[in-house]
Amino acid sequence: MLVHDTALVFGRYARQTLRSRFQMLFGVLMPLLYLLFFGPLLDGLPLGSSGDSWQVLIPGLLLQLVLFGASFTGFSIIVEKSTGVVERMRVTPVSRLALLLGRVLRDALLFVVQAVLLVLAALAMGLRAPLPGVLIGFAFVALLTVALASLSYALAMKVATPQEFGPVINAVAMPAMLLSGLMLPMTLGPAWLDIASHFTPLRYLVDAVRDAYVGSYATSHMLYGALVAVTFAVAALAAGARVFRRAGA
Amino acid sequence: MVSLHFFSGSVFVVTMPIISTSGLARTFDSGNGPVHAVRSVDLAVAAGEIVCLLGPNGAGKTTTLRMLTTLLAPTGGAATVAGHDLADDPAGVRAKCGYVAQSGGADPHLTVREELVTQGRLYRLSRTEAGERAAELAGLLGLGDLLDRKAAALSGGQRRRLDIAMGIVHRPPVLFLDEPTTGLDPGSRSDLWDLVRALRDDHGTTVVLTTHYLDEADALADRLIVIDRGVVVAEGTPAALRAEYADSPAAPLQDVFLAITGRAAAPADAAPLSVQGL
Repeated sequence: MLVHDTALVFGRYARQTLRSRFQMLFGVLMPLLYLLFFGPLLDGLPLGSSGDSWQVLIPGLLLQLVLFGASFTGFSIIVEKSTGVVERMRVTPVSRLALLLGRVLRDALLFVVQAVLLVLAALAMGLRAPLPGVLIGFAFVALLTVALASLSYALAMKVATPQEFGPVINAVAMPAMLLSGLMLPMTLGPAWLDIASHFTPLRYLVDAVRDAYVGSYATSHMLYGALVAVTFAVAALAAGARVFRRAGA
Repeated sequence: MVSLHFFSGSVFVVTMPIISTSGLARTFDSGNGPVHAVRSVDLAVAAGEIVCLLGPNGAGKTTTLRMLTTLLAPTGGAATVAGHDLADDPAGVRAKCGYVAQSGGADPHLTVREELVTQGRLYRLSRTEAGERAAELAGLLGLGDLLDRKAAALSGGQRRRLDIAMGIVHRPPVLFLDEPTTGLDPGSRSDLWDLVRALRDDHGTTVVLTTHYLDEADALADRLIVIDRGVVVAEGTPAALRAEYADSPAAPLQDVFLAITGRAAAPADAAPLSVQGL
């Protein structure tokens, strides 16, 4: 039943996404702007890591895309609560977990597609990276989406208005972006900032994807990145599932 | 629990209630201390009855319905709906009842067909069954020509019929309607009354609805249950309530309602007033 229900919920939201292609393209706009107007600034700068500046920047932009995209997916639940869609689904015997999983899987697919678009644009700008590394990058995009979207939906189930929701997400996403070294490697900064950054889960994902983009797969960065990403995704799903099971209760 | 009820045709029948609650209660935590939305509700609804929950705003009608449809966990008491215990078997309750919220439940960007098919499949109909049921319901509820129209493009009355179609897509024996005619024009209201009567007469559906409109309660309900401040303060057929609370059998229900809720001044320990016939 869980698989049946998840497929059903996934199908509903995937169809809605397909219908709004504009929205899908709009999602890549911000990272695309960074790619075009910020990327060239880094060309040839000593970034303190192996690989050229594109191999440093693109992994950061991929995860930034997810950080600012997936974190806000909960908005759709707030809208659906006001139209009664959420309760109308919750009075059916549908699995509560499926109501979350179906949405989160749609998001994972959506952000991987957006990541592919971004990487294609980056190739045109001059990115050169090994294919396995690029694919590993997409896996991290999917895992981070699952984690952030689950938390976003869970928060959205709890709050009553978009006015309560947006500021909370921004208050978390902005420091996460700055502290994780999405734009520039944290190793460039002073020691205290580097240490602070290690308390941000996203830092480990960024390091792992940067390694992947230069073809270093068997590294401690990769190990920690994978561990943190999987743990974060599982914990966030569990937290989200708890909220979806008890919503309104 | 066994109870006696008047059925249409004035035949006494002895039945197990299809809905029964005892001491059902819900308290919300707010910043200013607990809010007792529903203090203690005891209900017994027989299969095939149309029951109206009446009460002023904030009386606890919607909270009661949301508990009976598993949307909200009770903080006290117990209930059985269509043979399934609310606490132990919420999934069983969900399979047997339909609920139409006051806000409705259709996504304005999706079509009538999409919403009906999705709802059918959420109730575990197969894709084919759900498609056939969507067409059947659309025909039944006058939405046949609108299957591929977006919900946003429907009139208020059509929208409400879509909401009800989603609520009965799985042919539930019990249907809960929360203020189903609020905001509808008179024509749509009487269409909806006919629909509710048809559900009961043709399919034996038990219907529990809340309303603010006393004429609606008078026209539709076999039995009225008046709720005020979270407790049942009176119940009975419209005629029985008139006999108890008003001067004449032709008295406006408004007088009855005022007499009843006027008496419910002591909220916390107001004992339910029993009415003859129950």
